[in-house]
Amino acid sequence: MIGIVDYGAGNLRSVLKAFEFLGLPAQVPAAPAEMKSASRIVVPGVGAFGAAVEKLDASGFRAPLTDWVAAGRPLLGICLGMQLFLDSSEETPGPRGLGIIPGGNRKFTAGKVPQIGWNRVAAGTDPLFAGLPAGPWFYFVHSYYAAPVDTAAVIATADYGITFPAALRSGSAVGVQFHPEKSGEAGLALLKNWGRS
Amino acid sequence: MNAIRIIPCLDVDEGRVVKGVKFAGIRDAGDPVELAERYNEGGADEITFLDIGATYKSREIMRGIVEAVSRRVFVPLTVGGGIRTVDDMQAILRSGADKVSVCSAALNDPALLTEGSRRFGNQCIVLSIDAKRHGDTWHAYKSGGRTDSGRDAVAWAIEAVERGAGEILLNSIDADGTQAGYDLELLRRVSAAVPVPVIASGGAGKLEHFTAAVREGKADALLLASLLHDGVMTIRQIKEYLRNEEVMVRC
Repeated sequence: MIGIVDYGAGNLRSVLKAFEFLGLPAQVPAAPAEMKSASRIVVPGVGAFGAAVEKLDASGFRAPLTDWVAAGRPLLGICLGMQLFLDSSEETPGPRGLGIIPGGNRKFTAGKVPQIGWNRVAAGTDPLFAGLPAGPWFYFVHSYYAAPVDTAAVIATADYGITFPAALRSGSAVGVQFHPEKSGEAGLALLKNWGRS
Repeated sequence: MNAIRIIPCLDVDEGRVVKGVKFAGIRDAGDPVELAERYNEGGADEITFLDIGATYKSREIMRGIVEAVSRRVFVPLTVGGGIRTVDDMQAILRSGADKVSVCSAALNDPALLTEGSRRFGNQCIVLSIDAKRHGDTWHAYKSGGRTDSGRDAVAWAIEAVERGAGEILLNSIDADGTQAGYDLELLRRVSAAVPVPVIASGGAGKLEHFTAAVREGKADALLLASLLHDGVMTIRQIKEYLRNEEVMVRC
Protein backbone atom coordinates (compact mmCIF):
# COMPACT_ATOMS: atom_id res chain seq x y z
CA MET A 1 0.00 0.00 0.00
CA ILE A 2 1.24 3.46 -0.97
CA GLY A 3 0.47 6.21 1.52
CA ILE A 4 0.21 9.82 0.31
CA VAL A 5 0.53 11.97 3.41
CA ASP A 6 -2.08 14.68 3.84
CA TYR A 7 -0.41 17.39 5.89
CA GLY A 8 -2.58 20.12 4.37
CA ALA A 9 -0.33 21.40 1.59
CA GLY A 10 -0.50 18.79 -1.11
CA ASN A 11 -1.84 18.08 -4.57
CA LEU A 12 -2.51 14.65 -3.18
CA ARG A 13 -5.66 13.87 -5.13
CA SER A 14 -3.88 14.07 -8.48
CA VAL A 15 -1.15 11.78 -7.16
CA LEU A 16 -3.74 9.39 -5.76
CA LYS A 17 -5.57 9.28 -9.09
CA ALA A 18 -2.33 8.47 -10.93
CA PHE A 19 -1.57 5.49 -8.66
CA GLU A 20 -5.18 4.31 -8.97
CA PHE A 21 -4.89 4.54 -12.76
CA LEU A 22 -1.74 2.39 -12.57
CA GLY A 23 -3.56 -0.16 -10.44
CA LEU A 24 -1.25 0.46 -7.47
CA PRO A 25 -3.21 0.52 -4.21
CA ALA A 26 -2.88 3.90 -2.52
CA GLN A 27 -4.50 5.75 0.34
CA VAL A 28 -4.18 9.06 2.11
CA PRO A 29 -2.99 8.98 5.73
CA ALA A 30 -4.35 12.17 7.31
CA ALA A 31 -2.51 11.46 10.58
CA PRO A 32 0.89 9.87 11.32
CA ALA A 33 -0.72 6.82 12.97
CA GLU A 34 -2.32 5.97 9.64
CA MET A 35 1.12 5.53 8.05
CA LYS A 36 1.34 2.07 9.68
CA SER A 37 -0.50 0.26 6.92
CA ALA A 38 1.69 1.80 4.21
CA SER A 39 4.85 0.23 2.79
CA ARG A 40 5.81 3.32 0.78
CA ILE A 41 5.16 6.98 1.48
CA VAL A 42 4.70 9.96 -0.84
CA VAL A 43 5.10 13.57 0.30
CA PRO A 44 3.31 15.83 -2.19
CA GLY A 45 3.44 19.59 -1.93
CA VAL A 46 2.18 22.80 -3.45
CA GLY A 47 2.63 26.30 -2.12
CA ALA A 48 5.30 28.03 -0.09
CA PHE A 49 8.13 26.32 1.83
CA GLY A 50 7.50 28.09 5.15
CA ALA A 51 3.78 27.40 5.19
CA ALA A 52 4.41 23.76 4.30
CA VAL A 53 6.95 23.36 7.14
CA GLU A 54 4.40 24.83 9.57
CA LYS A 55 1.73 22.43 8.36
CA LEU A 56 4.13 19.49 8.51
CA ASP A 57 4.90 20.32 12.15
CA ALA A 58 1.30 21.10 13.08
CA SER A 59 0.07 17.80 11.62
CA GLY A 60 2.76 15.85 13.47
CA PHE A 61 4.30 14.29 10.36
CA ARG A 62 7.88 15.58 10.83
CA ALA A 63 9.31 12.91 13.15
CA PRO A 64 7.38 10.02 11.57
CA LEU A 65 8.79 10.96 8.15
CA THR A 66 12.42 11.31 9.29
CA ASP A 67 12.06 8.04 11.26
CA TRP A 68 10.63 6.42 8.13
CA VAL A 69 13.71 7.30 6.08
CA ALA A 70 16.10 6.48 8.93
CA ALA A 71 14.57 2.98 8.89
CA GLY A 72 15.39 2.72 5.19
CA ARG A 73 11.79 2.71 4.05
CA PRO A 74 10.89 4.17 0.62
CA LEU A 75 9.89 7.83 0.51
CA LEU A 76 9.03 9.91 -2.56
CA GLY A 77 8.86 13.70 -2.47
CA ILE A 78 7.14 15.55 -5.29
CA CYS A 79 7.89 19.22 -6.10
CA LEU A 80 7.69 21.11 -2.79
CA GLY A 81 7.56 17.69 -1.12
CA MET A 82 11.10 17.11 -2.40
CA GLN A 83 12.25 20.60 -1.42
CA LEU A 84 11.14 19.80 2.13
CA PHE A 85 13.76 17.00 2.21
CA LEU A 86 16.47 19.70 2.39
CA ASP A 87 17.35 21.92 5.33
CA SER A 88 16.07 25.30 4.23
CA SER A 89 14.82 27.48 1.38
CA GLU A 90 15.50 31.00 0.18
CA GLU A 91 11.71 31.21 -0.23
CA THR A 92 11.18 31.38 3.54
CA PRO A 93 14.41 31.88 5.49
CA GLY A 94 14.12 30.47 8.99
CA PRO A 95 11.86 27.41 8.99
CA ARG A 96 13.79 24.14 8.92
CA GLY A 97 13.02 21.45 6.38
CA LEU A 98 13.19 17.73 7.16
CA GLY A 99 16.97 17.65 6.76
CA ILE A 100 16.91 14.27 5.01
CA ILE A 101 19.27 15.62 2.34
CA PRO A 102 21.79 18.29 3.47
CA GLY A 103 21.46 21.54 1.56
CA GLY A 104 18.97 24.27 0.69
CA ASN A 105 16.66 25.51 -2.05
CA ARG A 106 17.51 28.50 -4.22
CA LYS A 107 15.45 30.84 -6.36
CA PHE A 108 15.77 30.95 -10.14
CA THR A 109 17.32 34.25 -11.11
CA ALA A 110 16.90 34.12 -14.89
CA GLY A 111 14.00 33.55 -17.24
CA LYS A 112 10.31 33.57 -16.45
CA VAL A 113 9.68 32.60 -12.85
CA PRO A 114 7.91 30.38 -11.93
CA GLN A 115 9.02 27.88 -14.50
CA ILE A 116 5.65 26.60 -15.76
CA GLY A 117 5.88 24.01 -18.47
CA TRP A 118 7.44 20.92 -19.97
CA ASN A 119 11.18 20.52 -19.71
CA ARG A 120 13.54 17.81 -20.84
CA VAL A 121 15.30 15.83 -18.15
CA ALA A 122 18.77 14.32 -18.38
CA ALA A 123 18.66 11.22 -16.21
CA GLY A 124 21.45 8.82 -15.35
CA THR A 125 21.02 5.16 -14.62
CA ASP A 126 18.85 5.48 -11.53
CA PRO A 127 16.10 2.81 -11.56
CA LEU A 128 13.51 5.57 -11.12
CA PHE A 129 13.98 6.36 -14.81
CA ALA A 130 14.29 2.74 -16.00
CA GLY A 131 12.63 2.06 -19.33
CA LEU A 132 11.91 5.73 -20.07
CA PRO A 133 12.98 7.21 -23.40
CA ALA A 134 16.25 9.16 -23.41
CA GLY A 135 15.69 12.77 -22.35
CA PRO A 136 12.12 12.33 -21.12
CA TRP A 137 9.84 15.37 -20.82
CA PHE A 138 8.27 16.28 -17.51
CA TYR A 139 5.94 19.03 -16.34
CA PHE A 140 7.47 21.54 -13.92
CA VAL A 141 5.85 24.29 -11.84
CA HIS A 142 8.31 25.96 -9.45
CA SER A 143 10.29 29.07 -8.60
CA TYR A 144 12.93 27.40 -6.40
CA TYR A 145 15.27 24.48 -7.01
CA ALA A 146 17.12 22.09 -4.73
CA ALA A 147 20.80 22.72 -4.06
CA PRO A 148 22.10 19.69 -2.14
CA VAL A 149 25.54 19.95 -0.53
CA ASP A 150 26.54 16.57 -1.93
CA THR A 151 25.92 16.58 -5.69
CA ALA A 152 26.09 12.78 -5.67
CA ALA A 153 22.44 13.00 -4.55
CA VAL A 154 21.49 14.44 -7.96
CA ILE A 155 20.16 11.65 -10.18
CA ALA A 156 18.71 13.83 -12.94
CA THR A 157 19.03 17.42 -14.12
CA ALA A 158 17.19 19.88 -16.34
CA ASP A 159 18.11 23.26 -17.80
CA TYR A 160 16.27 26.50 -17.09
CA GLY A 161 18.78 29.29 -17.46
CA ILE A 162 21.00 27.11 -15.29
CA THR A 163 21.31 23.37 -14.87
CA PHE A 164 19.34 22.37 -11.78
CA PRO A 165 18.51 19.06 -10.06
CA ALA A 166 15.34 17.50 -11.48
CA ALA A 167 15.56 14.50 -9.15
CA LEU A 168 17.45 13.53 -5.99
CA ARG A 169 18.16 10.29 -4.18
CA SER A 170 19.61 9.76 -0.76
CA GLY A 171 19.24 6.33 0.73
CA SER A 172 15.61 5.31 0.56
CA ALA A 173 14.43 8.87 -0.14
CA VAL A 174 13.89 10.02 -3.71
CA GLY A 175 12.56 13.37 -4.77
CA VAL A 176 11.44 14.81 -8.08
CA GLN A 177 11.09 18.52 -8.77
CA PHE A 178 8.58 17.94 -11.58
CA HIS A 179 5.04 16.61 -11.32
CA PRO A 180 5.02 12.99 -12.53
CA GLU A 181 1.26 12.89 -11.95
CA LYS A 182 0.91 15.62 -14.62
CA SER A 183 3.63 14.44 -17.01
CA GLY A 184 1.66 12.06 -19.21
CA GLU A 185 3.13 8.65 -20.02
CA ALA A 186 6.65 9.49 -18.82
CA GLY A 187 5.29 10.51 -15.43
CA LEU A 188 3.12 7.41 -15.10
CA ALA A 189 6.10 5.21 -16.03
CA LEU A 190 8.20 6.87 -13.33
CA LEU A 191 5.50 6.43 -10.67
CA LYS A 192 5.17 2.79 -11.70
CA ASN A 193 8.95 2.31 -11.37
CA TRP A 194 8.91 3.78 -7.89
CA GLY A 195 5.67 2.12 -6.78
CA ARG A 196 6.86 -1.34 -7.75
CA SER A 197 10.57 -1.20 -6.96
CA MET B 1 14.30 25.49 -21.59
CA ASN B 2 10.59 24.80 -21.80
CA ALA B 3 8.80 23.29 -24.75
CA ILE B 4 6.22 25.40 -26.54
CA ARG B 5 2.92 23.97 -25.31
CA ILE B 6 0.05 23.05 -27.61
CA ILE B 7 -3.24 23.34 -25.72
CA PRO B 8 -6.57 22.22 -27.21
CA CYS B 9 -9.53 24.17 -25.84
CA LEU B 10 -12.94 22.52 -25.55
CA ASP B 11 -16.02 24.73 -25.23
CA VAL B 12 -18.50 22.96 -23.00
CA ASP B 13 -22.14 23.84 -22.36
CA GLU B 14 -24.02 21.84 -19.74
CA GLY B 15 -21.71 18.90 -20.17
CA ARG B 16 -21.58 18.80 -23.94
CA VAL B 17 -18.80 20.02 -26.19
CA VAL B 18 -20.26 22.60 -28.52
CA LYS B 19 -18.83 22.73 -32.04
CA GLY B 20 -18.38 18.95 -32.22
CA VAL B 21 -14.97 17.56 -32.81
CA LYS B 22 -14.31 15.73 -36.06
CA PHE B 23 -12.07 12.87 -35.06
CA ALA B 24 -11.96 9.69 -37.04
CA GLY B 25 -13.80 6.90 -35.30
CA ILE B 26 -14.99 8.90 -32.34
CA ARG B 27 -18.01 7.47 -30.55
CA ASP B 28 -19.46 10.71 -29.27
CA ALA B 29 -18.24 14.02 -30.73
CA GLY B 30 -19.82 15.90 -27.84
CA ASP B 31 -18.38 13.97 -24.89
CA PRO B 32 -15.71 16.10 -23.18
CA VAL B 33 -14.16 13.15 -21.36
CA GLU B 34 -13.65 11.10 -24.51
CA LEU B 35 -12.36 14.13 -26.42
CA ALA B 36 -9.89 15.01 -23.68
CA GLU B 37 -8.57 11.45 -23.78
CA ARG B 38 -8.19 11.62 -27.55
CA TYR B 39 -6.31 14.90 -27.41
CA ASN B 40 -4.13 13.50 -24.64
CA GLU B 41 -3.25 10.52 -26.84
CA GLY B 42 -2.68 12.96 -29.69
CA GLY B 43 0.07 14.77 -27.80
CA ALA B 44 -1.70 17.66 -26.05
CA ASP B 45 0.58 19.31 -23.50
CA GLU B 46 -2.34 20.58 -21.47
CA ILE B 47 -6.11 20.65 -21.93
CA THR B 48 -8.42 23.61 -21.37
CA PHE B 49 -12.16 23.44 -20.80
CA LEU B 50 -14.21 26.55 -21.21
CA ASP B 51 -17.64 26.40 -19.61
CA ILE B 52 -19.57 28.64 -21.96
CA GLY B 53 -22.89 27.95 -20.24
CA ALA B 54 -21.46 29.34 -17.05
CA THR B 55 -24.73 28.81 -15.17
CA TYR B 56 -24.83 27.17 -11.76
CA LYS B 57 -25.97 23.90 -13.30
CA SER B 58 -23.34 24.06 -16.01
CA ARG B 59 -20.57 24.67 -13.47
CA GLU B 60 -21.73 21.74 -11.40
CA ILE B 61 -21.67 19.46 -14.45
CA MET B 62 -18.19 20.79 -15.30
CA ARG B 63 -16.89 19.67 -11.93
CA GLY B 64 -18.05 16.15 -12.68
CA ILE B 65 -16.35 16.25 -16.08
CA VAL B 66 -13.07 17.44 -14.58
CA GLU B 67 -13.29 14.76 -11.92
CA ALA B 68 -13.72 12.09 -14.61
CA VAL B 69 -11.03 13.48 -16.93
CA SER B 70 -8.49 13.78 -14.11
CA ARG B 71 -8.81 10.04 -13.44
CA ARG B 72 -7.77 9.18 -16.99
CA VAL B 73 -5.71 12.06 -18.35
CA PHE B 74 -2.44 12.97 -16.63
CA VAL B 75 -1.51 16.31 -18.13
CA PRO B 76 -2.39 19.71 -16.67
CA LEU B 77 -6.08 20.64 -16.87
CA THR B 78 -7.30 24.24 -16.96
CA VAL B 79 -10.91 25.26 -16.51
CA GLY B 80 -12.45 28.63 -17.27
CA GLY B 81 -15.89 30.16 -17.63
CA GLY B 82 -18.21 31.34 -14.93
CA ILE B 83 -15.61 31.37 -12.16
CA ARG B 84 -16.54 34.41 -10.08
CA THR B 85 -15.33 33.75 -6.56
CA VAL B 86 -12.48 32.11 -4.68
CA ASP B 87 -14.95 29.41 -3.64
CA ASP B 88 -15.67 28.72 -7.31
CA MET B 89 -11.91 28.35 -7.82
CA GLN B 90 -11.57 26.00 -4.91
CA ALA B 91 -14.46 23.82 -6.06
CA ILE B 92 -13.03 23.28 -9.53
CA LEU B 93 -9.44 22.79 -8.29
CA ARG B 94 -10.70 20.16 -5.83
CA SER B 95 -12.43 18.35 -8.67
CA GLY B 96 -9.06 17.88 -10.33
CA ALA B 97 -8.31 21.05 -12.29
CA ASP B 98 -4.73 22.26 -12.00
CA LYS B 99 -5.47 25.83 -13.02
CA VAL B 100 -8.46 28.12 -13.29
CA SER B 101 -8.79 30.84 -15.85
CA VAL B 102 -10.72 34.03 -15.18
CA CYS B 103 -11.63 36.90 -17.49
CA SER B 104 -14.68 39.09 -16.75
CA ALA B 105 -14.73 38.31 -13.04
CA ALA B 106 -11.17 39.59 -12.64
CA LEU B 107 -11.98 42.78 -14.56
CA ASN B 108 -15.00 43.33 -12.33
CA ASP B 109 -13.06 42.51 -9.17
CA PRO B 110 -9.25 42.43 -9.58
CA ALA B 111 -8.90 41.36 -5.93
CA LEU B 112 -10.06 37.93 -7.09
CA LEU B 113 -6.56 37.43 -8.55
CA THR B 114 -4.89 38.53 -5.34
CA GLU B 115 -7.03 36.35 -3.15
CA GLY B 116 -6.94 33.36 -5.52
CA SER B 117 -3.15 33.35 -5.77
CA ARG B 118 -2.77 33.82 -2.04
CA ARG B 119 -4.96 30.78 -1.41
CA PHE B 120 -3.85 28.46 -4.21
CA GLY B 121 -0.57 29.89 -5.56
CA ASN B 122 -0.08 31.92 -8.71
CA GLN B 123 0.68 28.79 -10.75
CA CYS B 124 -3.06 28.02 -10.48
CA ILE B 125 -4.31 31.36 -11.73
CA VAL B 126 -4.57 32.07 -15.45
CA LEU B 127 -5.80 35.50 -16.45
CA SER B 128 -7.61 35.43 -19.76
CA ILE B 129 -7.58 38.70 -21.70
CA ASP B 130 -9.89 39.31 -24.66
CA ALA B 131 -8.13 42.21 -26.34
CA LYS B 132 -9.47 44.45 -29.10
CA ARG B 133 -7.45 47.07 -30.90
CA HIS B 134 -8.26 50.75 -30.27
CA GLY B 135 -5.89 52.80 -32.43
CA ASP B 136 -2.39 52.13 -31.17
CA THR B 137 -3.56 50.36 -28.05
CA TRP B 138 -5.79 47.45 -27.07
CA HIS B 139 -8.66 47.34 -24.63
CA ALA B 140 -9.55 44.38 -22.43
CA TYR B 141 -13.10 43.23 -23.08
CA LYS B 142 -15.45 41.28 -20.87
CA SER B 143 -18.65 39.25 -21.18
CA GLY B 144 -17.30 37.10 -23.99
CA GLY B 145 -15.93 40.06 -25.91
CA ARG B 146 -19.16 42.03 -25.88
CA THR B 147 -18.30 44.79 -23.38
CA ASP B 148 -15.32 47.15 -23.40
CA SER B 149 -13.92 47.38 -19.87
CA GLY B 150 -12.06 50.52 -20.91
CA ARG B 151 -8.83 49.10 -19.49
CA ASP B 152 -5.65 49.05 -21.52
CA ALA B 153 -4.90 45.37 -22.18
CA VAL B 154 -1.14 45.65 -21.63
CA ALA B 155 -1.55 47.63 -18.41
CA TRP B 156 -4.15 45.11 -17.26
CA ALA B 157 -1.76 42.22 -17.91
CA ILE B 158 0.91 43.95 -15.81
CA GLU B 159 -1.50 44.66 -12.95
CA ALA B 160 -2.91 41.14 -13.06
CA VAL B 161 0.53 39.55 -12.76
CA GLU B 162 1.42 41.86 -9.89
CA ARG B 163 -1.79 40.72 -8.21
CA GLY B 164 -0.98 37.07 -8.69
CA ALA B 165 -1.84 35.79 -12.16
CA GLY B 166 0.71 33.10 -13.06
CA GLU B 167 -0.03 32.98 -16.77
CA ILE B 168 -1.76 35.17 -19.33
CA LEU B 169 -4.08 33.67 -21.92
CA LEU B 170 -4.16 36.34 -24.60
CA ASN B 171 -6.93 36.26 -27.16
CA SER B 172 -7.19 38.81 -29.95
CA ILE B 173 -10.83 39.60 -30.67
CA ASP B 174 -9.79 41.16 -33.99
CA ALA B 175 -7.84 38.13 -35.17
CA ASP B 176 -10.10 35.45 -33.72
CA GLY B 177 -11.80 33.43 -36.43
CA THR B 178 -9.99 35.15 -39.32
CA GLN B 179 -7.35 32.40 -39.73
CA ALA B 180 -5.15 35.24 -41.05
CA GLY B 181 -2.59 34.98 -38.25
CA TYR B 182 -2.12 36.18 -34.70
CA ASP B 183 -2.06 39.84 -33.69
CA LEU B 184 1.72 39.66 -33.30
CA GLU B 185 2.14 43.19 -32.06
CA LEU B 186 -0.31 42.58 -29.22
CA LEU B 187 1.45 39.33 -28.35
CA ARG B 188 4.86 40.94 -28.42
CA ARG B 189 3.77 43.86 -26.25
CA VAL B 190 2.18 41.67 -23.59
CA SER B 191 5.03 39.11 -23.62
CA ALA B 192 7.56 41.90 -23.14
CA ALA B 193 5.51 43.46 -20.34
CA VAL B 194 5.02 40.46 -18.03
CA PRO B 195 7.43 37.93 -16.47
CA VAL B 196 4.99 35.00 -16.75
CA PRO B 197 4.14 32.67 -19.64
CA VAL B 198 1.82 34.03 -22.35
CA ILE B 199 -0.55 31.70 -24.18
CA ALA B 200 -1.48 32.91 -27.69
CA SER B 201 -5.04 32.49 -28.92
CA GLY B 202 -7.00 33.67 -31.92
CA GLY B 203 -6.16 34.01 -35.58
CA ALA B 204 -4.12 30.95 -36.50
CA GLY B 205 -4.93 29.39 -39.85
CA LYS B 206 -1.61 28.16 -41.18
CA LEU B 207 1.39 26.38 -39.70
CA GLU B 208 3.59 29.43 -40.32
CA HIS B 209 1.40 31.41 -37.94
CA PHE B 210 2.61 29.29 -35.03
CA THR B 211 6.28 29.98 -35.68
CA ALA B 212 5.47 33.68 -35.95
CA ALA B 213 3.62 33.59 -32.61
CA VAL B 214 6.64 31.98 -30.95
CA ARG B 215 9.48 33.82 -32.72
CA GLU B 216 7.98 37.29 -33.18
CA GLY B 217 5.20 37.22 -30.58
CA LYS B 218 7.34 35.45 -27.94
CA ALA B 219 4.41 33.22 -27.03
CA ASP B 220 5.10 30.35 -24.61
CA ALA B 221 2.07 28.29 -25.56
CA LEU B 222 -0.60 28.06 -28.24
CA LEU B 223 -4.27 27.55 -27.44
CA LEU B 224 -6.20 25.98 -30.32
CA ALA B 225 -9.84 25.18 -30.89
CA SER B 226 -11.53 24.88 -34.29
CA LEU B 227 -8.33 24.17 -36.27
CA LEU B 228 -7.97 20.99 -34.24
CA HIS B 229 -11.65 20.24 -33.75
CA ASP B 230 -12.43 20.56 -37.46
CA GLY B 231 -9.55 18.26 -38.30
CA VAL B 232 -7.71 20.94 -40.33
CA MET B 233 -4.53 19.90 -38.56
CA THR B 234 -3.46 17.60 -35.74
CA ILE B 235 -1.29 18.35 -32.72
CA ARG B 236 1.32 15.95 -34.08
CA GLN B 237 1.45 17.79 -37.41
CA ILE B 238 1.89 21.10 -35.63
CA LYS B 239 4.63 19.71 -33.43
CA GLU B 240 6.43 18.09 -36.34
CA TYR B 241 6.32 21.38 -38.21
CA LEU B 242 7.60 23.35 -35.22
CA ARG B 243 10.37 20.82 -34.59
CA ASN B 244 11.54 21.19 -38.19
CA GLU B 245 11.51 24.95 -37.63
CA GLU B 246 13.73 24.33 -34.61
CA VAL B 247 11.08 25.37 -32.11
CA MET B 248 11.30 23.16 -29.05
CA VAL B 249 8.24 20.95 -28.54
CA ARG B 250 7.54 17.92 -26.38
CA CYS B 251 7.48 14.77 -28.44
